[in-house]
Amino acid sequence: MKRKRVYLDHNATTPIHPEVKKAIERSFDNFGNPSSLHYEGRRARASIERARADIASFIGASPEEITFTGSGSEANNTILSMFVCPAMSCTYHAEGRNAIVTTSIEHPCILETARCLMDKGIKVLYLGVDKFGKIKMEDLRKILETKNVGLVSIMMANNEIGTIQDINQIAKIVHEKGALFHTDAVQAVGKVPVNVRELGADFLTLSAHKIYGPKGVGAMYVKKGIPFCPLIRGGHQEKGRRAGTENTLGIIGFGEAVRMRKKEMAAEEKRLAKFKETLKKGIEEKIQDVLFNGHPADSLASTLNVSFRGAEGEAILLYLDMEGIAVSTGSACASGSLDPSHVLLATGIAAEEAHGSIRISMGRGTTAGDIKYVLKILPKVIAKVRGMSTAYTNK
Amino acid sequence: MEWIYSDKAKEHFTNPRNALKEKERFEDDGKGTVGNIKCGDEMLVAIKVDKKKNIITDCKWKTYGCASAIASTSVMSEMVKGMPIEKAYHISPKDITKELGGLPEHKIHCSVLGDKALRAAIDDYYRRNGMEEKIEKENAKIVCQCMNVTDKEIEHAVLEGVRTLFELQERTKLGTVCGQCKEEATRLLNEYIRKHFK
Repeated sequence: MKRKRVYLDHNATTPIHPEVKKAIERSFDNFGNPSSLHYEGRRARASIERARADIASFIGASPEEITFTGSGSEANNTILSMFVCPAMSCTYHAEGRNAIVTTSIEHPCILETARCLMDKGIKVLYLGVDKFGKIKMEDLRKILETKNVGLVSIMMANNEIGTIQDINQIAKIVHEKGALFHTDAVQAVGKVPVNVRELGADFLTLSAHKIYGPKGVGAMYVKKGIPFCPLIRGGHQEKGRRAGTENTLGIIGFGEAVRMRKKEMAAEEKRLAKFKETLKKGIEEKIQDVLFNGHPADSLASTLNVSFRGAEGEAILLYLDMEGIAVSTGSACASGSLDPSHVLLATGIAAEEAHGSIRISMGRGTTAGDIKYVLKILPKVIAKVRGMSTAYTNK
Repeated sequence: MEWIYSDKAKEHFTNPRNALKEKERFEDDGKGTVGNIKCGDEMLVAIKVDKKKNIITDCKWKTYGCASAIASTSVMSEMVKGMPIEKAYHISPKDITKELGGLPEHKIHCSVLGDKALRAAIDDYYRRNGMEEKIEKENAKIVCQCMNVTDKEIEHAVLEGVRTLFELQERTKLGTVCGQCKEEATRLLNEYIRKHFK
């Protein structure tokens, strides 16, 4: 008999919400080019604008401040890449601000874009984090004092360890120094309240598929009056900010996903916070030599990252998968690279503990029964892996 | 759904053979450990030897590593049982991956430690029995004089995924000073790619 799957990898991606599925299914014939003036075009345009308005209102923005993209990664690439405009006329770069500040725990789409900007003559400065994954305000102040920083990009909630930064405080410090502030809020929007005005962000990135919407659609918030330069050119779509015919179905799904989040988020986060406590306690009771990663309080309720000494993450992941449980790992072996998670290493834990970490990320489909099942299976799997390990001796 | 591993690798990962149990008494005739848990894998191999026939009679192991490390050590432990020690001494990562029914390319390096640990165990056996002359030193030859890079390092880089001279240079800094060795390095690079992957 096929066992029910226990999907605990929601930070990677989420299943489509049933209402989102319905909304997309209803729209299959909504095929018009949203830029066309005829009825078919206007119909598609109306759907997109409705989604835009709902997404804007969900994060406290105006609709004209929202630009749809093909992904969160594209939004992040666009925002960072603005700072190498050789004309230097459309960005803060014009004032000779040729440095960018980011952190050592960002998503690779920020880190790799930043690395590429370095080759193009932009100075990139990295902020480290403490053992819980938080940046220190004094470090931020110090880094901003000495350099010509044009943009600071700091993620709101970390995808691997769930740590949430004090964005509001960060934005204030950044603005005092006259720089612009971007936050990658892909993991935060729809899980914790996000209001761009209260946060004080100039740019913010969000994505549909992390909140039960379809893949292949993201968005960026760009504060009114802030200079902007597109990454993808060649069309007037999205007010010239992102060329390419809009992904109407994806955007409709994104809008519906946000509407559902608005309804469900608060209650669900409470429920998941309890599950996280249960998981944490259960793991502590049943398994020795564990280390929880991430901030104990300022963290996503849905995300639990834990390291098991002497056990390797990919092996844990695959044994759990055989038992019907899907998680992810910070181990190098699972990623195809040779280095373990850069986020975990940035928090200062030893490489062997990063190799032995798994991330459990829950979501709206997670039940109390799922948590109970994980607490039944996980100790057996860890014992099996440790039993074969050269790096673990039972006390 | 298809795994990235072959059925045989998956089967060995699910039911590893000959893993050394925690409180098991295994009076080995030779034992070796290679790797480092900081890098993500470490392997221990212990063997029993029929000293008259020079045959490996039993092989046990422990590993800190991913599924391919577990599967390849497990399959290796079966391969070498009953094998003449001289032959076991020259088992290659390719022999092991072949027996496993292949491994994804980026996982090949995980199978490298198995044969190394086995050789370490056999070396240990030779040492314990006064047969040091049989120990084969890995005679590494310096290819890049400026940066002191050896052929063994090039081979290791290939096993870890390096395919072009550019990648090799990024990794080892070989040929980045006088550049004289580039031709030989390219020849060795292709030779090792052929040896392990073709």
